[in-house]
Amino acid sequence: MSLLQVSGLHTRYETNDGVLRAVDGVSFAIEAGETVGLVGESGCGKSTLGKTLVGLVPASEGEVTFDGAEISHLSPAALKPVRRRLQMIFQDPFGSLNPRQSIGQILTAPLAVHGVRSAAERRAQALAMVRRVGLPDDTLQRFPHEFSGGQRQRIGVARALILAPQLVVCDEPVSALDLSIQAQILNLLVEMKSELDLAYLFVSHDLSVVRYFADRVLVMYLGRIVESATYDTIWSRPRHPYTRALMEAVPDPLRRRTAAPLSGDLPSARNVPSGCRFHPRCPFATDLCRSADPALRSVEPGHEVACHHAEAIFAAAGATPPGAATVH
Amino acid sequence: MVDTSLAGGGLAAARPDQRPNAPVGSADREGSGPVLQIASAQAARVGGREVPSAVARPIARPGTLRILLRNPAAAVGLAILFTVAVVALLAPLVFPGDPLDIAGPALLRPGTNAAFPFGTDSLGRNVAAGLAHGARITLTIGLAAAGLGLLIGVLVGSVAGYFGGRLDDLLVKLTEIFQTVPPFVLMIVLVAIFQPTVPTIITAIGIVSWPGVARVVRAEFRSLRNKDFVVAARGLGFGHRRIIFREILPNALPPIIVTASVMVAGAILAESAMSFLGLSDANAVSWGSMIGMGREQIRTAWYLTAIPGIAIVLTVLALNLIGDGLNDALNPRLSRSR
Repeated sequence: MSLLQVSGLHTRYETNDGVLRAVDGVSFAIEAGETVGLVGESGCGKSTLGKTLVGLVPASEGEVTFDGAEISHLSPAALKPVRRRLQMIFQDPFGSLNPRQSIGQILTAPLAVHGVRSAAERRAQALAMVRRVGLPDDTLQRFPHEFSGGQRQRIGVARALILAPQLVVCDEPVSALDLSIQAQILNLLVEMKSELDLAYLFVSHDLSVVRYFADRVLVMYLGRIVESATYDTIWSRPRHPYTRALMEAVPDPLRRRTAAPLSGDLPSARNVPSGCRFHPRCPFATDLCRSADPALRSVEPGHEVACHHAEAIFAAAGATPPGAATVH
Repeated sequence: MVDTSLAGGGLAAARPDQRPNAPVGSADREGSGPVLQIASAQAARVGGREVPSAVARPIARPGTLRILLRNPAAAVGLAILFTVAVVALLAPLVFPGDPLDIAGPALLRPGTNAAFPFGTDSLGRNVAAGLAHGARITLTIGLAAAGLGLLIGVLVGSVAGYFGGRLDDLLVKLTEIFQTVPPFVLMIVLVAIFQPTVPTIITAIGIVSWPGVARVVRAEFRSLRNKDFVVAARGLGFGHRRIIFREILPNALPPIIVTASVMVAGAILAESAMSFLGLSDANAVSWGSMIGMGREQIRTAWYLTAIPGIAIVLTVLALNLIGDGLNDALNPRLSRSR
């Protein structure tokens, strides 16, 4: 059984201009110990999906099953034991730490809330975690403003991991950091994964970040998952035109352009296009795409795509994958 | 690799050249600013020996009190308030006995008798003693009433701002109802119903003064409740009470503190105004009640109203100066743009 099973999940926001369908019917699973990358443009609903999974945003419809138990409609009290095993790392290392609390307070509070009674024990665990994420011992007495962005993100990682979770949702954990520090944090996440046997849902708009360590990649467009495949498959045989466009957007001097560049902006999630939601921007769109909404279907084992013309496009583009020259 | 000697100004301790088995490229060292310096756990303990921390403390931001003292207006305010507080504390020692007792001839003008530096009133009571003892009552009422107002205001504002929705609507309506009733009239009604004693006066002023605080606190909570650190606290399973009082409230304090200093001033003025109308505790001297009692002799013995009046003006001015100074000290961004 999968660690996390999502089926038919919808998250809608009521806004003044109508209902915003941030997550619009998403189903997938994450196995224990697996790293799943979730990529898409800004505003496609990937952060909302992540927050819905950890119960920070209420789900409007659908099911989230964590380790066999349905969790999307639990009360805060009933959700508390689940929180321990399902944690989140935030994008902004400056906003996600309380500026008025010392790192010691930030790291020991989750333990206190989850029933570690002895203050000395909490302190010891916090210290061990601080060392584990590569920060000096006196970190505990300091305040967030005394640290750089990369160090703060290490603290954010420590806070998420101190409860020993099984699944960590990483919401663009490196996109606010300098390139050199991004690599450090990614390394840290990889180390922690192998040490603590974690599963990650790694949310990012940057395929070049996800490629570092995702076992499987979900491509999200306007609240839907449009393609799902293992990391190798998606790089060598991308089927959805949107996935191809995303890969095209990864800069690489060794590669010629093979897919049509993506034009236009992401349509509003308040007013989703009819038929295939990608058709207004798709160079291959036909009348079928304008009228019928393609379902996610399997094109080969472990590879699903939501496109009417996946095979035709793949055949026309030939076997030359857009990013073939760059993979490691 | 970053050149440590350059980047850390000698702060960074010895570092390993390469992290073992780094899965991603070699750029795994923090780009280091001149102030902060990353140090991995390996770097902090070389050869089993503790190496001094490589995280440099940034130049400490001076404390709020120090910033306050650097501001001349606020320093004057603090000096005045300090003096008033000392007078209030020493009153029973310098002027033992009840300040309402007759102490000498009636209506002595100030400066005519060394025993009565501020003169005596129409009943022969020592004005100086009244002033010193009045400082106690006036400050007590000011602080306690502001404290009560703060307590109600912070509770209402934080609950409304944090939970939002129906509860917020309800509490905002309640706040607005209190704000539409003229505060002074409400206060007089409350004190008149429950006899003017020090506790009822404190309660009345507190009940009248909370809506302003509630609005400030609600606005702060509304902007803070969606911050990532609050969302993170929810994700960690913290309860509402913990999030409200430990996560959000400490971050909402600066405007609350500023409001508090002005509230104390407002409470003193309110107490004085009520005393002037005769709604004061008959068994305690406050500056307001001294003015109220001296009112009838204002043409012949003006000093009976002027002296406690000046004391009130100075104290309220001091509190306002401190409030302004606190506002600048706690909101550095705001003060720079002025």
